[in-house]
Amino acid sequence: MRNTFSEALYEEATKNTDIYLVVADISPAGSMSKFTTEYPERFINVGVAEQSMIGIAAGLALKGKQPFAYTIATFSLYRPFEMVRDDLGYQNLPVTVVGMGAGIIYSTLGGTHHTQEDIAIAGAIPNMQIIAPCDPAECTDATRWCATQKNGPVYLRIGKAGEPILTQDAEPWEFGKIRYLRKGSDVCILTFGVITRMAAQVADELTKQGKSVSLVSVHTMKPIDRDGIAKALSNHKQVIVIEEHAPQGGLAAQTKQIAWDTKATCRLDTFSLQDAFIHNYGSWEDLLDAHGISVKKILAKVA
Amino acid sequence: MLLRNSTFDPAVARARATKYRRRILDMSQHVSALHIAGAYSCTELVDAIYNEFMRPAPSGGKSPDTFLISKGHGCMIQYVILEDHGILSKNDLDEYCTPQGILGTHPDYGNPGIEASTGSLGHGLSMVVGMALAERGSKRDGMIYTVLSDGEVQEGSTWEAILMASSLKLGNIVAFIDNNDFQSLGRTSETHPSFYPLVDKFVAFGWETVEVDGHDPKEIYEAVKNRSGAKPFMVVAKTTKGKGVSYMENVPMWHYRSPNKAEYAQAVAELEKQT
Repeated sequence: MRNTFSEALYEEATKNTDIYLVVADISPAGSMSKFTTEYPERFINVGVAEQSMIGIAAGLALKGKQPFAYTIATFSLYRPFEMVRDDLGYQNLPVTVVGMGAGIIYSTLGGTHHTQEDIAIAGAIPNMQIIAPCDPAECTDATRWCATQKNGPVYLRIGKAGEPILTQDAEPWEFGKIRYLRKGSDVCILTFGVITRMAAQVADELTKQGKSVSLVSVHTMKPIDRDGIAKALSNHKQVIVIEEHAPQGGLAAQTKQIAWDTKATCRLDTFSLQDAFIHNYGSWEDLLDAHGISVKKILAKVA
Repeated sequence: MLLRNSTFDPAVARARATKYRRRILDMSQHVSALHIAGAYSCTELVDAIYNEFMRPAPSGGKSPDTFLISKGHGCMIQYVILEDHGILSKNDLDEYCTPQGILGTHPDYGNPGIEASTGSLGHGLSMVVGMALAERGSKRDGMIYTVLSDGEVQEGSTWEAILMASSLKLGNIVAFIDNNDFQSLGRTSETHPSFYPLVDKFVAFGWETVEVDGHDPKEIYEAVKNRSGAKPFMVVAKTTKGKGVSYMENVPMWHYRSPNKAEYAQAVAELEKQT
């Protein structure tokens, strides 16, 4: 996903000289070498100095530029949080804060490199928009959108590498609207981000069981598509939320709010990370499993 | 060096500073508290930026140069100068900190003449670096001016920006430190003796740096006029918190307090003697 991010950003940067990339000693792979070679004046590496990364991006935006700030998610959002809140949120500047490797993808690096609560934290900031693409193609659409929007700040939560394409049969991507990757009538799975690959496996298994399954990418986590989710809740007998995020402030909590507000009557099962740091090591799947999230465990609970 | 004024008259600058202090004093009588002493300590610095350094705006436009007050709590001096320049109205200042007004205790981006929202310390200089980069990237000659408090230089984020400004050779930045030696819990020289000498630290980080008397308009003017322009420029300005009103000078409670009627009368008398 980070490669498609850098490819899309490079393409946008060739069209728009206002696009700047400010990084904190972490650079996306792929086309980024073309960006740094061709537009060195628009590639700023602040070093290991994330507060300054956000402040400099804000200053560029105050003078009309369209900056992206990029590093590993914990360091793009948590370390410089007050700069994100004041410089970007309060001033409502069109800066995209890219959180790369979000969630628990850095599975063996420990809790310092896990972002389990980033949606809740970013989502609590007024003016902040949040996009979490589910696959590299959606990441391209989201990056292009971020490169041209002037609404205000965006937290772009992306994965790392090796995510499969899940959107080949999907309807077109639109900011602020949930996106059906598959359409069914019995069960609807709502999800976002990298864990959509696991949600797709759950959908496959449920389909094998004879159910008609919808799979939905809730790529825009703020502003969340309340009407779209309300319709999903009313049009399916069962809704399942799968997220790589803490239970507070993520998709499960917000779906439950919408369900209450709209008096939904469907069955609703949610799968979130626990409200606990992860001290386990192993693969991404191993860590999710330690928090009760695997295809097998989900299928057992939703039966 | 692109400056507003090619000639300099210290008497005119001093008269403006006293006028601005008096205007802040008058505003103090409408509110229960305001950051008066911290505005008085940087009065000559902000006056020089607006009235000697920043080039005038073309009709209907903005100055090609930018001022961002990093020590946001000092913005009273900015407000009264913006009023003097016709960018803020008398009514805007009369409604300071009222429900119908637009101006508060810290500057709010979007208000006339306010280039960034500050108030939380340690944010300004990074934004200044971004602005200076944007000017260079757009091939414009705009200068970026800022004033930091000395306490704010204790923020790690300020040092991140200091490192970047010189690494990027941003010669279009002119920064001032309002070195009044006071912060909430005491004199900086006593609570943080290792903070000094300040000049050496900026020189070590690659800034062209000078030290001036921050209440001497001539020293301020000449320091900036004579800078090389090859590096970011830092002016360490030795100042007195509460400068101009004897009972406020170096007295911590005047960080955030309004004078009562008797105190106001005394302050008016003292300022009038200075004119």
